[in-house]
Amino acid sequence: MTSLTGTVALTRLVLRRDRVRILVWIVALVVLAALTTVGIEGLFPTQAALDQTAAATQHNAAAIAFNGAPQGLDTVGGQVAFQFGAPGMVLVALMSIFMLGRLTRGEEEAGRLEVVRSLPVGIHASTLSAVLTVAAMSLTVGVLTAAVLIAQGLPTAGSVVFGSSLVLVGLVFGGVALLAAQVTESTRVVYGVAGAVLGAAFVVRAVGDIGDGTLSWLSPIGVAQKARPFADERWWPLLLLVVATVLLVVAASALAVRRDLGAGLLAPRPGPPAAAPSLGHPLGLAFRLQRGSLLGWGAGVLVMGIGYGWIGPTVDAFIGQNKALAEMLASAGGGSLTDSYFASSFRLMALLATGFAIQSALRVRSEETSMRADMVLATPVSRWRFAASHLAVACAGSVIMLAVAGLAAGLAYGLAGGGMQSVPRLFVAALVYAPALWIMVGLAFALDGLVPRLVGVSWAILAACVVEGFLGAVLGLPNWLSDLSPFEHVPQLPAAGLTLLPLVVMSAVAAGLMLVGLTGLRRRDIGRI
Amino acid sequence: MPNAISTVGLTKTFGETRALDGLDLAVKAGEVHGFLGPNGAGKTTTIRVLLGLLRADSGQVELLGRDPWRDAVELHRRLAYVPGEVSLWPGLTGGEVIDLFGRLRGDYNRRRRDDLLERFQLDPTKKTGSYSKGNRQKVALVAALASDAELLLLDEPTSGLDPLMEAVFQDCIREVKAEGRTVLLSSHILAEVEALCDRLSIVRLGRVVEGGTLGELRHLTRTAIIAETAQPAQALAGLDGIHGLEVDGARVRFEVDTDHLDPAVRRLGELGVRSLVSHPPTLEELFLRHYGDELAQEPERAARTLDSTSPPRP
Repeated sequence: MTSLTGTVALTRLVLRRDRVRILVWIVALVVLAALTTVGIEGLFPTQAALDQTAAATQHNAAAIAFNGAPQGLDTVGGQVAFQFGAPGMVLVALMSIFMLGRLTRGEEEAGRLEVVRSLPVGIHASTLSAVLTVAAMSLTVGVLTAAVLIAQGLPTAGSVVFGSSLVLVGLVFGGVALLAAQVTESTRVVYGVAGAVLGAAFVVRAVGDIGDGTLSWLSPIGVAQKARPFADERWWPLLLLVVATVLLVVAASALAVRRDLGAGLLAPRPGPPAAAPSLGHPLGLAFRLQRGSLLGWGAGVLVMGIGYGWIGPTVDAFIGQNKALAEMLASAGGGSLTDSYFASSFRLMALLATGFAIQSALRVRSEETSMRADMVLATPVSRWRFAASHLAVACAGSVIMLAVAGLAAGLAYGLAGGGMQSVPRLFVAALVYAPALWIMVGLAFALDGLVPRLVGVSWAILAACVVEGFLGAVLGLPNWLSDLSPFEHVPQLPAAGLTLLPLVVMSAVAAGLMLVGLTGLRRRDIGRI
Repeated sequence: MPNAISTVGLTKTFGETRALDGLDLAVKAGEVHGFLGPNGAGKTTTIRVLLGLLRADSGQVELLGRDPWRDAVELHRRLAYVPGEVSLWPGLTGGEVIDLFGRLRGDYNRRRRDDLLERFQLDPTKKTGSYSKGNRQKVALVAALASDAELLLLDEPTSGLDPLMEAVFQDCIREVKAEGRTVLLSSHILAEVEALCDRLSIVRLGRVVEGGTLGELRHLTRTAIIAETAQPAQALAGLDGIHGLEVDGARVRFEVDTDHLDPAVRRLGELGVRSLVSHPPTLEELFLRHYGDELAQEPERAARTLDSTSPPRP
């Protein structure tokens, strides 16, 4: 197998250069699984408590839309699979996507693969080393998670199935990223395509589980949950994921030998010989550079908005079946279940849109590390204008993402029978997240200005906000810790009323953070440091 | 004439690495100034300080009479820059990038741009992601040369160009010089510096170690001479400045310090010259000797500087 010569050496290289990254992913995921399990044991100390929540969740369309079909919820294991399953699988999938994209197309785009391939190294060796690394990471996460669950006293069979479902979701999305890496020339686009598939998988599963469950078979996350961990486990759905992974990897390697190194499958087309008038100032450039990112993330938010809006009317129907629950919720939160469902939906979409916001803010940094900023800053463009242009796109783009989410959800809800009068209400409910997104833009940029080598921490902060949002209650986080997340301070429209003060304060904080970043950027050296 | 660029005692460190170590550089207005040195000597760091991208730790620096850190924007209206490693936005075409830089600079000359595109044989409709290193460099060169900037900062601008394009580049620089503009040309292509530069500075380990016109620096060089003489030439051995004398019957080979050339040639004449080949001193030789000697003396220190081309990366 000369096409695989050098795989071992290249795998060792990957393990050496990414050892910290690999370790952080694995430890973070396993610790999260352990904390969730402990949290659930504390939350439901008695079987009666478990039975009660299981009965309530049966009719909670919102919970089903976010977490999955209710199964085995009267056991601690079933609750762990329900609460941690969806976010856990999304995180493992993201781990695979980022690692694989980085190790394949990222290396190719940076020109490093060219040097490697000039050595006596097989054509598939570098790809295989990436696949092996990602597979080993997923496997480690799955095995350790299963071990943690068993150590907590959960049934072995369920723990193993649950661990395996994490592994296989990781593998499938690794395959998706690998395939995407063959088709496009840019790592950023690989992340975008694979991330969009992940988003679609999440939404399709939600729509499927709210319905009769058939549609969920189209989603790797849905299929993984069909293995029913802690609820009469069955293995064969996981085999489907194995088959899917194999098909994706085979397809990707078939494409890989058909294309040139550095090229995608789609040949770049010639472009305009001269620049459009809009491409004549820093803001025009920033917009042009981020156009693709805006469209990609926008499409993701759009799909999510449509999906969750479409499910909306079903939430009403679910309550109809359970009067007691509806009364309980109404008296507790004040709003209807549909309203609190939409409040949670927009929080989820806002977190997704934050992905755009951070990527967009970090464009200032990536322009700098690629040395492209040198040429721009050598023209009469001040650092202030250079950075402010990208920040303007980040802030305005955040608003656009939220507007798309709100409109899409509102219109889909209306078309599905929820009534068009809700459109403006839901639109505003999405838009109130803008100051929270601006804070994240500000944080990312402040890091860039002050400690540029740590800009990657912005993504960890987003991950922390996601975990807090999904699992905060289960983890039993103290209030002060939860309150660090800007998303906690956004009025939960439409379930709660609109209060302006937190929005004004958050906007001011965001502006302050951006000012800090700007001051830092003006004082420090420009470059890779 | 006033200096377009002047630095005194410039220092800059990146962590442990001392990239600039008291660098003194003076570039007169209107001259083409060669900036020579091996990899990692501090050329790029100097230019990035001159651009206000880096702040010097100490020392004085003046560009067109102003402070490049404080007055960056004002100064950048008057200069154009070509980096050594041109990285562009892969999704934009070459034409778009050139127009963009022209408009950002504000003194955009469309006709000159089209003329330069033709001279450098650059296809402006191609995405820069598909350009070779040389073509990316052409984009930066066309963008810089299409401007009316009074100062050009060029950091190894031709390292990716083929010999035909190198000739086009040299023509362009001569035109720039004829217009009275100033050029700082960092390079290690000695033929290019020899062909273009009025004066040059040789930088090593973050300091300028030699500077002056090519003529002034010739005293540091040796001329190689191969001759056939009527009488054996052993007598040359007694003269000052003679190195590596080899006498093989009537044939003699030696090198002579350029400022001792006259007595050596007189003496040779007395011996009855039948044939004579002399190799004029080249910059290359000067460069090699300068660094060759010092590299041999200080292998460790020199090896360290070779790694310090760019600031340390995370």
